[in-house]
Amino acid sequence: MTDALARVEHVAVSLLVALGIALIGVPLVLTLYLSVFDEKLILFPPHGYTLDWYPAIPATFGAPIWTSLQLGVGAVAGSLLLGVPAGIGLSRHRFRGKGLVSTLLLAPLTVPGIALGLAVYMLLVSIDEQAGSGLTGSLVGLVLAHVMITTPWVVRLCIASLATHDRTAEEAAASLGAHPLAVIWRVTLPAMRPGIIAGALFAFVVSFENLELALFLTSPGVTTLPVAVLQYLEYHIDPMVAAVAVAQTVGIAVLLLLLDRFVRLGRVVR
Amino acid sequence: MTAAPEAAALSLDRLVRRFGAHAAVDDVSLEVAPGELVVLLGPSGCGKTTTLRLIAGFIAPNAGDIRLDGRSIVALPPHRRDMGIVFQSYALFPHLSVARNIAFGLEMRRAGTAATAARVEEMLRMVRLEEFAARLPRQLSGGQQQRVALARALAIHPRVLLLDEPLSNLDAALRQDMAREIRLLQQARGITSIMVTHDQTEAMALADRLVLLHDGKVQQIGPPEALHLRPANPFVARFIGGSNVVPGRIDGGTRLALADGVAITLAAAYRGSSAASLAVRPDSIRLGTPGQGCARAEGTVELCTWLGATVEHLVRLSPQVAILARGPGLGPDAAPRHKGGARVTLHWSAGEEFLFDAADRPVAADVVDTTPARETNDA
Repeated sequence: MTDALARVEHVAVSLLVALGIALIGVPLVLTLYLSVFDEKLILFPPHGYTLDWYPAIPATFGAPIWTSLQLGVGAVAGSLLLGVPAGIGLSRHRFRGKGLVSTLLLAPLTVPGIALGLAVYMLLVSIDEQAGSGLTGSLVGLVLAHVMITTPWVVRLCIASLATHDRTAEEAAASLGAHPLAVIWRVTLPAMRPGIIAGALFAFVVSFENLELALFLTSPGVTTLPVAVLQYLEYHIDPMVAAVAVAQTVGIAVLLLLLDRFVRLGRVVR
Repeated sequence: MTAAPEAAALSLDRLVRRFGAHAAVDDVSLEVAPGELVVLLGPSGCGKTTTLRLIAGFIAPNAGDIRLDGRSIVALPPHRRDMGIVFQSYALFPHLSVARNIAFGLEMRRAGTAATAARVEEMLRMVRLEEFAARLPRQLSGGQQQRVALARALAIHPRVLLLDEPLSNLDAALRQDMAREIRLLQQARGITSIMVTHDQTEAMALADRLVLLHDGKVQQIGPPEALHLRPANPFVARFIGGSNVVPGRIDGGTRLALADGVAITLAAAYRGSSAASLAVRPDSIRLGTPGQGCARAEGTVELCTWLGATVEHLVRLSPQVAILARGPGLGPDAAPRHKGGARVTLHWSAGEEFLFDAADRPVAADVVDTTPARETNDA
């Protein structure tokens, strides 16, 4: 009796797992499948298969990809510059207004992207009006906006990486003659390494695939990949978009695997 | 024991450190001679670790001064105090090898590659970990990690060595070895040292002098024997040696009247008539027929516990007062065991009872006591 019950349970669990994998996997596999259709329009079944869509990507999406890469690197640099010191400060020190700083740093995660994009757009326009600058529609404006949404990830992962770190190691370093900055450089930062790397990776991925903010902030010369894909889809329904999606997925997966060799991401991201 | 040239005299002058309204360290003064090892002892929350952190410079005092060879260091940040610290949690740098951990302080002092390497080598030999130089801390046992921490602290020729519960994370078996190792190294190098512990045995084993702290205040300072033989107040008597403390009233003479009408006959006579408390260590109390000049008290055995080497009787004198007596449990001198409910007479001799007045100050006996001369205590 219990044997039968155990069997039913086993089957049920297996089914659920299969369903979960299917939910994640089917769209991916379908995208991969579509990207090799030898068709101008997405027709089913296709007349044939081709890999020609992949080499054609740079001609159509080369400039947006380059913009997105620059933007991603800029956002990572900016959010590390802000987020790592913030993470150290928030986990190591007590100060007045700590709760407020912590909330402000994490708040962008809770605001809908579209609302944030519109707000940033309006802010940049008014700054440009007042100061005569050209932030709206520029790469600098995009980087600044992305830093806002990537910093929370860096801060959170930095705090997480310090939560398990014994802070007496820092006192030991000080007692051995290390200046406060030397303590951070020689003891605190090495302890945070996995968190910093994971934070940088998250920041890059968040920036690279962000659509909502970029929608408001791109301009004809400065377009990110997700925006370019969206614009392309308005006029073409062909396997090219699927090929771009597959290329992007593979690129990020390779990045993740490489990084996992250096830091156990699982240890930092729980 | 000769002090190395670097040995410094440390003095704490009326240190106060408050956390909110609570004074964690309350008017603590202490003079530590060059090469001396002083142990700060007390229950948790007594202020001993706060005192150590004040000396290290991790926190600043609200009042008072800390001097090293007469020069105030209270305004110096930790990295300019030249103190080697051994932490309870070892606090090794997890990403650096054993050798790099030991070299850390020398690198901070820009000691030079050759000098650093030589010193690291010397330190590794000192703690017998030469073959572990390239290992990471997490690949070592607790005892080995603590030895690395000690080597790292001593590598910089610290003017003072601070030890914060250095043994409490170690196995009981290892603790004795490590205690001996610390003591030998400290003596060989003549380093002025302060150790914090809550463990009496550890404190006795290591200390030149003990400082007993309670509620942020110094209770007594002196060699371990002095705290044993001449407790300054009932707290010291209770903490060191676990004395029975019995509150009562003295009425000029040898009679201590307890609250509920029962009386104890004291070994010595005391002048005056006032509230007083009596402290007697369990080991001083014997059961049986008292000899001439002994203190005595009548009671009923409540519990007899045989612990092998010792046997303990809990004897109730009155509804509110019970006293613990401890005698040898084995061998020709083994104390007789009494069952629960037996009426017994407790007795002890004059040098083994301590009387304190209502303000917890010691009360001297009228008669000259018969115990041998003791070291003076400076509390």
